[in-house]
Amino acid sequence: MSPELLKLIFGRLGIESLPLHEPIVVGTFVVVALGGVALLGGLTYFRLWGYLWREWFTTVDHKRIGIMYMILGIVMLLRGFADALMMRGQQMLAFGGSEGYLNAHHYDQVFTAHGVIMIFFVAMPLVTGLMNYVVPLQIGARDVSFPFLNNFSFWMTVGGAVLVMASLFIGEFARTGWLAYPPLSNIGYSPDVGVDYYIWALQVAGVGTTLSGINLICTIVKLRCPGMTMMKMPVFTWTSLCTNVLIVASFPVLTVVLALLSLDRYVGTNFFTNDFGGSPMMYVNLIWIWGHPEVYILVLPAFGIFSEVTSAFSGKRLFGYTSMVYATVVITILSYLVWLHHFFTMGSGASVNSFFGITTMIISIPTGAKMFNWLFTMYRGRIRYELPMMWTIAFMLTFVIGGMTGVLLAVPPADFVLHNSLFLIAHFHNVIIGGVVFGAFAGINYWFPKAFGFKLDPFWGKMSFWFWVTGFYLAFMPLYVLGLMGVTRRLRVFDDPSLQIWFVIAAIGALFVFIGILSMLMQFAVSLLKREQLKDVTGDPWDARTLEWATSSPPPDYNFAFTPVVHDNDAWWDMKKRGYQRPLTGFKPIHMPASTGTGIILAGFATAMGFGLIWYMWWLAAASFIAMLAVGIGHTFNYHRDFDIPAEDVIRTEDARTKLLAGAK
Amino acid sequence: MSTDTHAAGAHDHHHGDGHAHGTFSSYMLGFVLSVVLTAIPFWLVMSGTLPSKQVTALVIMAFAVVQIVVHMIYFLHMNTTSENGWSMMALIFTIVMVVIALSGSLWVMSHLNSNMMPIHQMTGMK
Repeated sequence: MSPELLKLIFGRLGIESLPLHEPIVVGTFVVVALGGVALLGGLTYFRLWGYLWREWFTTVDHKRIGIMYMILGIVMLLRGFADALMMRGQQMLAFGGSEGYLNAHHYDQVFTAHGVIMIFFVAMPLVTGLMNYVVPLQIGARDVSFPFLNNFSFWMTVGGAVLVMASLFIGEFARTGWLAYPPLSNIGYSPDVGVDYYIWALQVAGVGTTLSGINLICTIVKLRCPGMTMMKMPVFTWTSLCTNVLIVASFPVLTVVLALLSLDRYVGTNFFTNDFGGSPMMYVNLIWIWGHPEVYILVLPAFGIFSEVTSAFSGKRLFGYTSMVYATVVITILSYLVWLHHFFTMGSGASVNSFFGITTMIISIPTGAKMFNWLFTMYRGRIRYELPMMWTIAFMLTFVIGGMTGVLLAVPPADFVLHNSLFLIAHFHNVIIGGVVFGAFAGINYWFPKAFGFKLDPFWGKMSFWFWVTGFYLAFMPLYVLGLMGVTRRLRVFDDPSLQIWFVIAAIGALFVFIGILSMLMQFAVSLLKREQLKDVTGDPWDARTLEWATSSPPPDYNFAFTPVVHDNDAWWDMKKRGYQRPLTGFKPIHMPASTGTGIILAGFATAMGFGLIWYMWWLAAASFIAMLAVGIGHTFNYHRDFDIPAEDVIRTEDARTKLLAGAK
Repeated sequence: MSTDTHAAGAHDHHHGDGHAHGTFSSYMLGFVLSVVLTAIPFWLVMSGTLPSKQVTALVIMAFAVVQIVVHMIYFLHMNTTSENGWSMMALIFTIVMVVIALSGSLWVMSHLNSNMMPIHQMTGMK
């Protein structure tokens, strides 16, 4: 075939795009390919494709979508953590003239991919998954407001993740750091596909995130059960509401910034170039207007989880509910007023820097108020140190350290010394791992019995807990020391041999975390095997307080046979105290949304379009775009969007639960 | 209240509480206002009536803001009580966010500009 024709079909993609010269990548590819073939073969052998398609891929059930988000987050955690281990290994070895084992080209991709994956495809899915699963149950709803949109949002997030993963084996990922600052990310300095992978992965996933934000806001505002006024909502629902408001208000900024960057790269505009009046600083400014709210998007739901866990495991109503709600709202607003602290050193003057330094310090006040509320909730409580509570305690200790170093960095003169150093790296891992990751683990351990009907195994859970927590301290406390000594981030080789010991300690810490992650996978496996012993038939294994524990574990498709009526905060606790009796008769057919494959098909085309745009395969991009429009319009003619669960099915499900409950007593 | 209609929404022809539909005359009024508010800036640019380009730009911006309000009232049917006040609250929140982002960016970037050597002077471009 002629080169022109090849170029027309494959764009920039050629045989030389495959990273065959990188033995590490080739090795990874072999392992992944073997694992993938085994998985696909297994699914085919056990004839699971139809089941997966009908019951999971096309489902609009918020519970199943929530579980799929969690699976996505955990799978991507393994990838992101593999990158972390590689970095720790490289930095531990590359001393005294040694180049380590990663070349610069590969190492730069590794640290970029680590950041992008951990934020967008680990933390976001874990947080969104928990919100998706828990919020409708907590407010006594049947599903989210727009169930089809929910399915579509999930698959768009998967599409973004697929593009990032594809970059490992087809071409390369960005070498720019996780926010892809220009001018480095401009076409002149990054002519390869890496930054294009970055842009389109985030754009595709960003659509999903924004739509899921709209969906959950609408759900919380419109679908609360009777009696649940705003100030009777569980705190997790409140923090979810604020998080989704932040998503809807900030993700469009990211979308626009990335769109402008793509214009610079694809059609030669000059928004962020050095010449022709462009300003790279404008990119930095705009992306942090999204970026700072983003960290609160992640941590607010974690705060909500800790509130639920603290109150449930202390056997007490949450101390200072009202102040908790107002603290959350204040954090929501303030998170928009601090973005410049990410670039104090960019060159704005003293007045700008002091304004943003002070707003940053002010944020620690509502956060501190929350910390005291949790402490006072525990005070004189009958605390049960089960796994969710252990993660909460670990969070309280760890997050306070991270918060203090954060306030330190908020002082502009201190920031001038510490910016871009490993001190900063230690700080944000301190708050993101200590806050978001520990929160997600507390949430997983807390709500797992709700989702699957059996508790998680405590032994392996505790193994995971102790390895994670000690591993975290071993891995990141040395980075504080190194940062104070002036070591900057993203370095590949070092000259000063006296630094090496700290990197060795950090690498040992990363290994501990690795054992922690393996223990967690072991915990899932062991719990599955021992599910009969760990079974929960009551639907309320922790003697908890909010509405999701009022229904069975796992909840029926329709969540609640009758929409609950709420009279108090901690609605389920109130119902238990007043001797609530489950209704046993009078069931009616329940109107539910029907499954549809449109979400996964649309997201598939969106991903293909992204791939086409990345590789300049214009025919693919155009065809996928037209296909998306066609499928989207076609879906509007789909009138089979709802069905009724017959009353007999509801009666059968509820009777089964009655028997189960009688057996438990 | 039943959640059923909301959960499925396929044949849901009922549009929530206090969500007013416009009348023919209100749509016409909105349309005429939009046309007028578009025609005036167009005329300003084409005829060059105003002395300086900067004044023209500012006047056009002002017309654009009025245009936004017209659309919100006549086409989106927003008022202070629709959707139990949630529309109003969302609008206020949006305005606060947009004002923070725009004014903050202008402040930050102009400060940067006066502190650092402007890029176009360094390269000698205009």
